[in-house]
Amino acid sequence: MRFMLLFSRQGKLRLQKWYLATSDKERKKMVRELMQVVLARKPKMCSFLEWRDLKVVYKRYASLYFCCAIEGQDNELITLELIHRYVELLDKYFGSVCELDIIFNFEKAYFILDEFLMGGDVQDTSKKSVLKAIEQADLLQEVR
Amino acid sequence: MSATTVVPQLVQILRTLVTTGYSTEHSISGVSDPFLQVQILRLLRILGRNHEESSETMNDLLAQVATNTDTSRNAGNAVLFETVLTVMDIRSAPGLRVLAVNILGRFLLNNDKNIRYVALTSLLRMVQSDHSAVQRHRPTVVECLRDPDASLSRRALELSLALVNSSNVRAMTQELQSFLESCPPDLRADCASGILLAAERFAPTKRWHIDTILRVLTTAGTYVRDDAVANLTQLIGGAQELHAYSVRRLYSALAEDISQQPLVQVAAWCIGEYGDLLLEGSCEETEPLQVEEEEVLALLEKVLQSHMSLPATRGYALTALMKLSTRLRGDSSRIRQVVSIFGSCLDVELQQRAVEYNTLFRKYDHMRAAILEKMPLVERGGPQVDGEAEESKETQLSETALVSTEPQASKLLDLLDLLDGTSGDAQPPPLLDPSPGGTLIHLLDLPCAPPPPPSIPDLRVFEREGLQLSLSFVRPPGTPALLLITVTATNTSGADVTHFICQAAVPKSFQLQLQAPSGDTVPAQDGLPVTQLLRILNPNKAPLRLKLRLTYNHFGQSVQEIFEVNNLPVETWQ
Repeated sequence: MRFMLLFSRQGKLRLQKWYLATSDKERKKMVRELMQVVLARKPKMCSFLEWRDLKVVYKRYASLYFCCAIEGQDNELITLELIHRYVELLDKYFGSVCELDIIFNFEKAYFILDEFLMGGDVQDTSKKSVLKAIEQADLLQEVR
Repeated sequence: MSATTVVPQLVQILRTLVTTGYSTEHSISGVSDPFLQVQILRLLRILGRNHEESSETMNDLLAQVATNTDTSRNAGNAVLFETVLTVMDIRSAPGLRVLAVNILGRFLLNNDKNIRYVALTSLLRMVQSDHSAVQRHRPTVVECLRDPDASLSRRALELSLALVNSSNVRAMTQELQSFLESCPPDLRADCASGILLAAERFAPTKRWHIDTILRVLTTAGTYVRDDAVANLTQLIGGAQELHAYSVRRLYSALAEDISQQPLVQVAAWCIGEYGDLLLEGSCEETEPLQVEEEEVLALLEKVLQSHMSLPATRGYALTALMKLSTRLRGDSSRIRQVVSIFGSCLDVELQQRAVEYNTLFRKYDHMRAAILEKMPLVERGGPQVDGEAEESKETQLSETALVSTEPQASKLLDLLDLLDGTSGDAQPPPLLDPSPGGTLIHLLDLPCAPPPPPSIPDLRVFEREGLQLSLSFVRPPGTPALLLITVTATNTSGADVTHFICQAAVPKSFQLQLQAPSGDTVPAQDGLPVTQLLRILNPNKAPLRLKLRLTYNHFGQSVQEIFEVNNLPVETWQ
């Protein structure tokens, strides 16, 4: 995977994770372009599209778009599963997650993503162990 | 130890995973650990790519995974898809490949759009290697053409075009044409050119081919590529027996609609060439069409006057009218009238043509029939497929033939006129320039063209550490006060020259205009030079002085140089 983006229907970027080093200017440009393309898609259209030389897999959950850019030889269907697994992890952690949870606890969202994916590939396929690792990290953190 | 020795272990792991290793926390909707399965399959794909032995070890396992995976949910489909990709890439047994294609075929029938999309993409990749297997799923692919989702129909279009072969060309073209009528605009160009290409490769008969192109032109005329017109005219020209048929079809199509430019151009050309066939009797292949001369002329005039016609189309129509003057039996006064009206047209191209044709009527009426004869067949892929070049060759031939019989000319005036005409013709052009009919200029251009300008030698003005600047001069013959200088910067050193800017200054009486340079980097080791054009107007014919200022980065240093150009040749300003 090259990168993963989360953005709202209004075009606000909530989360971005880049697995390939790109300059800030380049990133902003890509984000802008991709948001335009994805937001223009109609609801019944298929979840895959071709953009530049990458394949983009996106899925809409309530008001959030989860967007992954994968390379030519990657499997699109498993990426859909990956997105779903991430949403499930968030859901389990936050308890019925909504966009506000991600907005206010974005660092937790990043932690969970980093626990689940590494370098763009799935690191741990077990939901339980990912959540356990996050719980342990939380214990170490000071609770205000 | 090479990586491929790991293959048996991987096979074992995957086998246990698929058959027995089910754990709730790792699995998704009944499929045990799809992420891991997909990763293993991917690794197997890479390992088995060009390796016979590993591929053989994998065969059974892949067949097992393919048949045992539950496909009711996306996770299972994901694993199945990865299996198919792996089978496609390794040296698999043919039975396994057929299984893979069948799985993709099943995907195509799935209601889920994502799965269909994925199936179409993979089938496109497979179509080269397993053509016959993919052909079996052709009906389903054609179904997907009608899907309202744009990305799906695009994929289906590409795949359909790849599946066209000589046996199914008629049916497929039918489908593709109905798709063309209803498809979104961005796909139209691809569809149109795809149909034309397929028709070219697999056309069963010439008549079918002409029909197909005609249909494409009427449906999506504005989206076809530019050479479609040329191809069609060449095709019609070659099909002797179909001249009457094609001219009738084109005439009826034109009568209905004059907005599609390629169609109008071809129709105008055809009517011009084969107008006599249009008017005489009936043709068995189309329904009887009684066409009057007046109607044909009226139609061509309508094309000429319509605001929808491009200048090129008008050119075609004018030439067609001219050709009809010899083909039609009636008198050509109406044609003469139209042609003379266009003698004062604002468009230079049309005006030129009209003036020439007028002259043809007035002075060279005896040559008109010979000049406007039917064209010989155009060479395909020759330097100029445009029929106008052929026409000009014909006119040259008739012209030289006339010159040899010249001594019999009674009037001195005529002799002088013709001599002028031939000397005008001896000038370099019959150049094959792209604008149709442009070559006729020089044939009937009675005043002599001025001799080509003497060339001024280039001047090397600057040299420093491998960067050289040279000037080349052109004095265009039409404007005596104008001097065009092309500044060329070349770099023979080992480092690139970057941020190269060249500025120029001239005395007050001159006017200087600098055009944008071709770039600002001159690559090292004789890379592509940077050129810049300077236009200098010298109305007083004063001696030219030129000062140049260069700024650039070379070998990590920024350099600025100001110098005056000495030794400017006298021809640059006299």
